Amino acid sequence: MNKLSLVLAVAATISPPSMIANAASRDYIEIVGSSTVYPFSTVVAETFGKNTDYKTPKVESTGSGGGFKLFCQGVGLEYPDITNSSRRIKQSEVDQCAANGAKDIIEVKVGYDGIAFANSKKAEVSSVTLKDLFLALAKEVPDPAGAQSLVENPYTTWKQVNSSLSESKIEVLGPPPTSGTRDAFVELAMEGGCKQFDWIKSMEKTDKSRYKSICHSIREDGVYVEAGENDNLIVQKLEANPNAFGIFGFSFLDQNSDKVRGAKVEGVEPEFDSIADGEYPISRSLYFYVKKAHIGVIPGLQEFAAEFMSNKATGEEGYLSDRGLIPMSEEERRKFQADISEMNTLPEKIQ
Amino acid sequence: MTRKAISQRLRTIDIVNASMRRRNAAEKRFQIYGKLAIAAAMLFLIFMFGNIIYKGHTAFVQAFVALDISFDAQVLGLGDRRDKKSLASADYAALVKAALRQQFPDVTKRKAKRKLYKLVSSGASYQLADMVKNNPDLIGTQARVWVPADDEIDMLLKGYIDRKLPESERRLSDQQISWVETLEAKELIETRFNFNFFTHGDSRDAELAGILAALSGSFLTLLVTLTLAFPIAVATAIYLEEFAPKNKWTDIIEVNINNLAAVPSIVFGLLGLALFINWFQFPRSAPLVGGLVLTLMTLPTIIISSRAALKTVPNAIRQAALGIGASKVQMIRHHVLPLALPGMLTGTIIGMAQALGETAPLLMIGMVAFIVDVPTSIVDPSTVLPVQIFLWADSPERAFVEKTSGAIMVLLAFLIAMNAMAVAVRKKLERRW
Repeated sequence: MNKLSLVLAVAATISPPSMIANAASRDYIEIVGSSTVYPFSTVVAETFGKNTDYKTPKVESTGSGGGFKLFCQGVGLEYPDITNSSRRIKQSEVDQCAANGAKDIIEVKVGYDGIAFANSKKAEVSSVTLKDLFLALAKEVPDPAGAQSLVENPYTTWKQVNSSLSESKIEVLGPPPTSGTRDAFVELAMEGGCKQFDWIKSMEKTDKSRYKSICHSIREDGVYVEAGENDNLIVQKLEANPNAFGIFGFSFLDQNSDKVRGAKVEGVEPEFDSIADGEYPISRSLYFYVKKAHIGVIPGLQEFAAEFMSNKATGEEGYLSDRGLIPMSEEERRKFQADISEMNTLPEKIQ
Repeated sequence: MTRKAISQRLRTIDIVNASMRRRNAAEKRFQIYGKLAIAAAMLFLIFMFGNIIYKGHTAFVQAFVALDISFDAQVLGLGDRRDKKSLASADYAALVKAALRQQFPDVTKRKAKRKLYKLVSSGASYQLADMVKNNPDLIGTQARVWVPADDEIDMLLKGYIDRKLPESERRLSDQQISWVETLEAKELIETRFNFNFFTHGDSRDAELAGILAALSGSFLTLLVTLTLAFPIAVATAIYLEEFAPKNKWTDIIEVNINNLAAVPSIVFGLLGLALFINWFQFPRSAPLVGGLVLTLMTLPTIIISSRAALKTVPNAIRQAALGIGASKVQMIRHHVLPLALPGMLTGTIIGMAQALGETAPLLMIGMVAFIVDVPTSIVDPSTVLPVQIFLWADSPERAFVEKTSGAIMVLLAFLIAMNAMAVAVRKKLERRW
């Protein structure tokens, strides 16, 4: 192995200058980040590459967290220009970016995405509340006997959770903890149901970490099955097992409407309009972040961001809405369009 | 002989006979187990290939729609201009829309028209643009052009969409299906061989997506791996086997090489990220870095098999060569290496096949990416075949299911070709003694 490292070291010392020269002339946009935004970002990238003289941007699917990590490594051609995210940037990530010189970041909201709680079309229609979801999936739930204490989740059928539900076994397929979809589901659905217990809610102020661990922990006794990051796989498994429910993004529900059906949550069906106007409770915003220092250095960067925000892409009837992205209101979109053209950056401390 | 002795002998034979039956039965059972194991393995293999081919064979054909296009300068918004720039920015989508409206004149409502335009792929207008750019004389003429249909229509023609389902549960409306049926009756829509699949890079429109960018990326990555891994591994193996003294140091090196062969591939990805990208500042997502990482990963495999190949060369050959006055280097170059080469090549091909199917380390160095342009050099951003399969398997659009299986078939063909090459080379070089 000594020999190997020697050879590599020699090869490296000879080659870097030419390689760096190559990186210095990067003429395509580099995008990293969320696998949820990836299907939308790639469509815009492809259209952008076809309709302009700029090269097609390169889009990597690294996950939201991985994207910020790469994005915040610094300013320069070897670092990505844009990162996609299925959640808002965290203060810690803003700080990390700033520490590495990437102080000025433009935040752009792309639209909304709903998270469906769906089962096979062969099964009956169901309607659940956030509280049902919390009771069925949490690791610890309030003691059914009534006291203000927690017990290991004892429920095995939906009927035990809520007498108006069916008698079938609780069986849920969902994404693993590394997934942004899982984060959003836990935050919006589980915590939403968890808060409805007043004594747990009051804990938020007194013991925040305990509150979080109660509301955010999903049971690990085999009822919730981690089905991997692949949403297509979950859809296939639901088809084979009519008793099971799955958790996945709205675009997969939209594409497979002949196979699976989204359950009503709090009485609202997961539909385009109900997600767009915020009525459907489990929906989240999708973002991308642009490094201001790269605008003008990387050809086409600002134009790409503008294309993403244009009426024909993220507008009411834009091509991204065909792909399952839920558009935001005209007014909101205008604001982000202005942010791009005026290059308004995030403040040092985000709210 | 006494009676007792005779009966005793008979008993011995009985015992032998009895145990004979038992031993024969045991052998039969053993053979049956073996056959069952082979049958099970074959069954799994047939099931796997059957499933992939069943799902993927339709990826090689694609629905096309015939459009009667009149290349009208007015519709294109060109007027009298014919220069390159105006030709590039002309409105080719308008030509497609006009041809569709002409085909279905009774569609007048805005919403219905939007649905009508969705029958053909968004790639149609780019196809027309290329035609006109290559031959501006087309303007003012009429022609029948076959353009790719939208992926939903493609799925319908291939029978993946149930026409009997209620309208609300389909992605295509009754109206769209009736249009397709009209086209079918006039023979203006048909499935043809999908050349596009082999000549284009990835696309988010399933009907335009191709495998070439990934194929080229895989080829370039393997090229880097092979040119680095083979010479380094063979030199290492020869030194360790023929020259190195047996001492503590060579023992440590040997143990380390064996251990490296068992290290999970993602670790090499992390090493590649730290070493090649963060330190040497090589570009992300490039076959160069991918090839370097895979070199690190396959080196131990090739070194181990090369050493094994050197060990099989009989010592008599070495001694004979030395005995007639050859130097050690001559002995190795003229006698040992040619004899060991077939074995080394086999090990190399196994290592390369392993590298071809690898995705985990490439994730860390940015090769899990959406690449439209076909890479032509080792520093262009690119992806590889298994990553392409992974990305397509994760796409929401239904039409990507068959593309996924199609890509797996291409990957398998690539592998089989590589193995066939290895067998051929070995047959040619192999010498027996």
